[in-house]
Amino acid sequence: MSADAVNNSKRRFLVASTTVVGAVGAGFVAVPFVKSWLPSARAKAAGAPVVADISKLEEGQMITVEWRGKPVYILKRTDENLKVLETDVDMLADVNSDKSSQPEYTKNSVRAIDKYPHISVMEGVCTHLGCAPKYLPDLNNPFAGSLGKGWKGGFFCPCHGSFYDLAGRVYAGMPAPTNLPIPLHVFKSATMILIGQDGSNA
Amino acid sequence: MGQKVNDLMGWVDARFPMTKMWEEHLSKYYAPKNFNFWYFFGSLAMLVLVIQIVSGIFLAMFYKPDTALAFQSVEMNIMRDVEWGWLIRYLHSTGASAFFIVVYMHMFRGLIYGSYKKPRELVWIFGVLIFLALMAEGFMGYLLPWGQMSFWGAQVIINLVSAIPFIGGELSEWVRGDYVIGDATLNRFFSLHIVAIPLILLGLIVAHIIALHEVGSNNPDGVEIKKNKDENGIPKDGIPFHPYYSVKDIVGVVVFLIFFSIVVFFLPEMFGYFLEHANFEPANPLKTPEHIAPVWYFTPYYSILRAVPSIAGSAFPGVIAMGAAIVVLFFLPWLDRNPVKSIRYRAGWYKILIALFVVSFIILGILGTLSPTDGRTLLAQVCTIYYFAFFFLMPFYTKLEKNKPVPERVTMK
Repeated sequence: MSADAVNNSKRRFLVASTTVVGAVGAGFVAVPFVKSWLPSARAKAAGAPVVADISKLEEGQMITVEWRGKPVYILKRTDENLKVLETDVDMLADVNSDKSSQPEYTKNSVRAIDKYPHISVMEGVCTHLGCAPKYLPDLNNPFAGSLGKGWKGGFFCPCHGSFYDLAGRVYAGMPAPTNLPIPLHVFKSATMILIGQDGSNA
Repeated sequence: MGQKVNDLMGWVDARFPMTKMWEEHLSKYYAPKNFNFWYFFGSLAMLVLVIQIVSGIFLAMFYKPDTALAFQSVEMNIMRDVEWGWLIRYLHSTGASAFFIVVYMHMFRGLIYGSYKKPRELVWIFGVLIFLALMAEGFMGYLLPWGQMSFWGAQVIINLVSAIPFIGGELSEWVRGDYVIGDATLNRFFSLHIVAIPLILLGLIVAHIIALHEVGSNNPDGVEIKKNKDENGIPKDGIPFHPYYSVKDIVGVVVFLIFFSIVVFFLPEMFGYFLEHANFEPANPLKTPEHIAPVWYFTPYYSILRAVPSIAGSAFPGVIAMGAAIVVLFFLPWLDRNPVKSIRYRAGWYKILIALFVVSFIILGILGTLSPTDGRTLLAQVCTIYYFAFFFLMPFYTKLEKNKPVPERVTMK
């Protein structure tokens, strides 16, 4: 081969290897930029558990506490409500909460910790697209609409019209696919709930 | 004097192709002489882009991308304290809606005159990319005033991401930079809205115009004017863009600015369609407004999203349908198998199909602003099916069309 002839295979090899090295380098450089979008240390710290005081919560009342910026509903249900949760299950989409997200210890018909069945703790975040469902305890409320007059109250999402019962279980045929999620929580005492942690891993 | 100007131009041209570019894109860019009303919207889109960039630069001087300050900086500082701040803000908010009106008209023009067909496939594809970038720009910009609708609209749309199986949860956390839409989200949307997307948009617009000027403009007859050239190689049916169309477009600009000014000065909220009423309340993550609707230009796609019921406990199919409604536009040049471009020489029933498409698109848009009921959902489903059938059945029905003879030269009707 003469001195000024082009060695094509060598040239192809150099082009390919330069491209590969460059692409790998670009990939590594992208990592800090992509990762910068993850929740910051500060945001993670703000996601720490919160304590809710329910000593003043009356039967039928609901309070909302903020945890990780999401509304967490704490609802004290009546005996009457609990009975309805056992009986009126025909129209529910996920009666046993199999497809829904909740800690194991609330995977029961009232979706609450066994020792405190009246207290329901759930995220007020519609499983459709994240709106906050409204609490409608009133038995004859005008929203009952498609569920008919016999509806015994629950939650109604104003965004796309999903209905949930008083345990946050969604009715069949609603835009929302699953029941309202339940966050990790634990009773520190009969009137103090720690939300975001359940003692099992802390 | 004239000699000195010529010397200067020569000096510049030896170093930068000033005269060459001027001639290629303006004084010797030959556009068909039979452009009609529909051909105003391309240049109007450029005008609105300039309005948005200029008003946006000034808004960024007064706006604060901080959840504690954002609402105040818009509603108090810009709207009340800054001299003429209200005008700059209304120019920008009205400009956003005007941009979509103009772009929808521009796309409709392409649809009826077959401007997406060979050899203009890339012009169309760059155009759809511009449309996508514009939607991202509008969506992110709408979060910035940090009102109730800003917050909850973004909440709904970002939650679409979490409907993606397996990675959705973490992906939406990554987009938000927090477990909820918060300061991190607002700040990054601000950056994307004022730097990243405008840069992408400008690049795409340059590509759109370069591709257009490479192949030449289509026209209402769908005739290729480059097939009939005179002895100098100039299309017989072409006229130089400048001064003929640059001057004609001034008429369009004036008429547009009349309507634009009416909205800016007298109807900046446009009855809650351009600026939604709920957005005059600061964002409250614990309280959902009674009724959430995106701004009007997203509502057709939002309706498609809502029309698809969740399947097997996942809202993902609706998200897919909404995405597909836009992605299908990229394939339009290959879905339409009819060699005739202009609707003028296509089958009469094809005009009816297009008219029905426009009607169903508008119905979807109207339904998207309303809260769903059983009847409305059914109507949205019918329109969604028509929307997709119009595109997906195109390869079949466009072959069955009986076309009228296409003229050799453009007509001036």
